Amino acid sequence: MDLTPTPSQTAGPYFHLGCTQLHSVQRIAGSQAKGQHLRLICRVLDGDGRPVPDAMVEIWQADADGKYNHAEDSRAGSADPHCAGFGRMPTDEQGVCQFETIKPGCVPGANGMQAPHLSVSVFARGILKRLATRIYFENDPANAACPVLSLVPAERRGTLLATQDSIHPEIWHFDIRLCGEQETVFFDV
Amino acid sequence: MKQTFKVTGYRRHEAASQPTSLYPPYRGTVLRTPRQPLIFLPYTLSEVTGPVYGHSDVVASDSDLTRQHSGEPLGERIIVMGRVLDDGGRPVPHTLLEIWQANAAGRYAHHGDDHPAPLDPNFTGAGRILTDANGQYEFTTIKPGAYPWRNHDNAWRPAHIHFSLFGPAFATRLITQMYFPGDPLFAHDPIFQSIPDENARQRLISKLDLDVTRPEWALGYRFDIILRGREATPFES
Repeated sequence: MDLTPTPSQTAGPYFHLGCTQLHSVQRIAGSQAKGQHLRLICRVLDGDGRPVPDAMVEIWQADADGKYNHAEDSRAGSADPHCAGFGRMPTDEQGVCQFETIKPGCVPGANGMQAPHLSVSVFARGILKRLATRIYFENDPANAACPVLSLVPAERRGTLLATQDSIHPEIWHFDIRLCGEQETVFFDV
Repeated sequence: MKQTFKVTGYRRHEAASQPTSLYPPYRGTVLRTPRQPLIFLPYTLSEVTGPVYGHSDVVASDSDLTRQHSGEPLGERIIVMGRVLDDGGRPVPHTLLEIWQANAAGRYAHHGDDHPAPLDPNFTGAGRILTDANGQYEFTTIKPGAYPWRNHDNAWRPAHIHFSLFGPAFATRLITQMYFPGDPLFAHDPIFQSIPDENARQRLISKLDLDVTRPEWALGYRFDIILRGREATPFES
């Protein structure tokens, strides 16, 4: 039997039917979850800087102690039950989608602790293979020593930093630029 | 605080077995594909864990797309059955599959689809199921129609069903499309042709299977899905 992994194909423009029309997930962590609660506003832009109105953004993250609610994390039994860690939303006409969550803790990594981050998948018409990136938090003191962030050329690290809203500090903004100027760093995972 | 974990990674894809991301014959890729190379991410806990999603709210009727309305949809009733395995041949149990598709006339029940083919009031075209302990799944649905999509002059998509799978980890997330054997549109479809390797393209084509077929009821197609498997040895993370 042929056991080579099945090729990816684009999600196309109608993924809402199967994925988000009835089964979007805006709340990544519940209101009782431990940690600093925040609203994450993501915006997806194309190579001309125009909003991408038909993307699906998925988030996977740890709880406030940096633990994942998943069997592979040996500390999972003690992970916050109010932080399922998963969200997915379609973008709107402005290319925007929003999530309710908490800031995760540091996660163990090779050569040290990884700074607080969210793992992100982007799907859309025109994207043949899932694009994977990460969202970090600007001005977090753990960023400087993060073993993954340090794999990214210094001049491009800024594309992975969510910025805190100057008026509403509970709001964080993150732009995903699929290509061109200030192109977001994407990872081979 | 020093914490270390044994992390077992996932095998990376061979490039030719997956689509070429920037594939200009598929116009939509041009403004939506990164031009900088991807940065190689050694596996950490963040990628070998992943959402355990859909386990609480999937019901049996979700996998029969012909029974979601008061009447039966028009078109050719089919069964799509298969297994989800990893690249070592091990079943991927209890993982969520989501599908969506056009109706028999080639029209999606979606506000963005303005193809002037009829909507079917008895067909939404969305289904979900969890694989069983052997990684098996089965949908009953209607064979979707081909439809035009304006990518180029006289562009038509071969009939297909979209599949979304999570698998056990962030690393195994997959969205793909299943096609039907012998479709004359394969040669003209840049989405299908974006996969360089002919053998890899064949992996997206379901097979007519008389053992899946229900006599006097519905033709059966088999479509097995292979997700990436684990590396042999863990490393310290």
